[in-house]
Amino acid sequence: MNIIEPLIKIALVLLINLTTVAYLVYAERRVSAFIQNRVGPNRVGPMGLLQPVADIVKLFFKEDIVPTAANKFVHSLAPLISLIVALSTFAVIPFGNTIHLFGHDFKLMIADVNVGLLYLLALSSLGVYGITLSGWSSNNKYSLLGGLRSSAQMISYELSMGLSIIGVLMISSSLQLDKIVVHQGNYLMGFIPKWNIFLQPLGCITFVVAYFAETNRLPFDLPEAEPELVGGYHTEYSGMKFGLFFLAEYANMITASAVITTLYLGGWQFPFIENFGFSPLAVSLLQVAAFGVKIALVLLFFIIVRWTIPRFRYDQLMNIGWKVMLPLAILNIIITGFFILL
Amino acid sequence: MSLEKSTIIRKKDLSLLERLYIPEIVKGMTLTIRQMFTPTFTTQYPEERFQPPASFRGRPVLVEEHGVERCVACGLCSRVCPALAIEVQAGETELGKERYPEKFEINMIRCIFCGFCEEVCPEEAIIMSQEYELAFTNPQDALFGKDKLLVPIEKVQTRLDFLRSNR
Repeated sequence: MNIIEPLIKIALVLLINLTTVAYLVYAERRVSAFIQNRVGPNRVGPMGLLQPVADIVKLFFKEDIVPTAANKFVHSLAPLISLIVALSTFAVIPFGNTIHLFGHDFKLMIADVNVGLLYLLALSSLGVYGITLSGWSSNNKYSLLGGLRSSAQMISYELSMGLSIIGVLMISSSLQLDKIVVHQGNYLMGFIPKWNIFLQPLGCITFVVAYFAETNRLPFDLPEAEPELVGGYHTEYSGMKFGLFFLAEYANMITASAVITTLYLGGWQFPFIENFGFSPLAVSLLQVAAFGVKIALVLLFFIIVRWTIPRFRYDQLMNIGWKVMLPLAILNIIITGFFILL
Repeated sequence: MSLEKSTIIRKKDLSLLERLYIPEIVKGMTLTIRQMFTPTFTTQYPEERFQPPASFRGRPVLVEEHGVERCVACGLCSRVCPALAIEVQAGETELGKERYPEKFEINMIRCIFCGFCEEVCPEEAIIMSQEYELAFTNPQDALFGKDKLLVPIEKVQTRLDFLRSNR
């Protein structure tokens, strides 16, 4: 068993992931500034490109305060859970087809587990532990409310998320993310790429909405709703522990876009690439690039949604979760089953 | 008397398309995306500076005409100042106006830029300029004496014209 290969992959993926997180924060600040007719950070380095470095340095030098009444162990554990879960979800995501280099075949995913989809679901629901534990251990009413909200939100949206995925499962009949992507490689009627978004638009919408709730992004960011809860679950965090939550939120965003891309936008598939006659190596690299571009577009979508839609009220959130999303997800399964039987 | 029940006033019910929510989100997102390509309002401060209009009330200055201040040290400005920022000490002079301020001091930490001094001045001697960069590192620097307050009339002509046109 070769251990070097996975290690190199892990190092590469972590490196790229963390760099992207840093620059995602920058991108979010810039895009939001443009939306509000401002300029955004543009002082540190050319076009403000060194801003993330400055931010991280600042976070490291800040005082780390633990409240006297807090449960110190859980208080320090919670941000770690958040970040580790956010980063480790990436392990099963295929970011390219098999690549042939130096006489070896490399599969461009860290762990090719046969229950990739289940692993993904399991980890994404684990992430809520970080938030709930941080809310509880801070011994602060606002933090606790944030943590509780987060867990309630998770329960109501996890269901519709799981049910939306079943649609994908039914048409690709595999839990392996690799196979789900390969399955999206054909064409519908010869010109539309057979991505799952075109096969099940309803399931895609419910999944994306549920994943927004799962990552606590803006229309559903009730766990940290600033106007009501001070800072929500991270009220009592400072310094790099707060930084870890911050990183986790953005790492979650990247993972979410990667999952959405893999399940619904054809993963690393580059439509019609076989018609151009590139060499196999170039094809593999272009596919990786296609995956990156798709993720970037989904991330941009995440950012623009955040600066467009106001936050839901808590009862509205629950209403949508149970009365709209759940029936829609079930309807999606019924429709998919109907078409499979046809 | 009974309190009226508060009811939600909705002019018309939402249409099906509006209740579907997704088209409305798309509408909102096209708006935000369109905003991304409109010009920004930001002034890049240390490089670009805001040039205030004549109606702007910056720091108060004393008008200097023919090398002498117009001020006759009547002390009205000091009386009217709500923040008690102005201190005037009068002295005698050989000139036609007979009185002049021996000492004229404005404490710029106290000044609230209300412009009452300018309004009350019978000689148009103290007026609000367009300068707004007033940051100090110690309180002593904020005491503006005659050396800092006197400004030649040419530099404040726009403000004087503005005051005349609005009398």
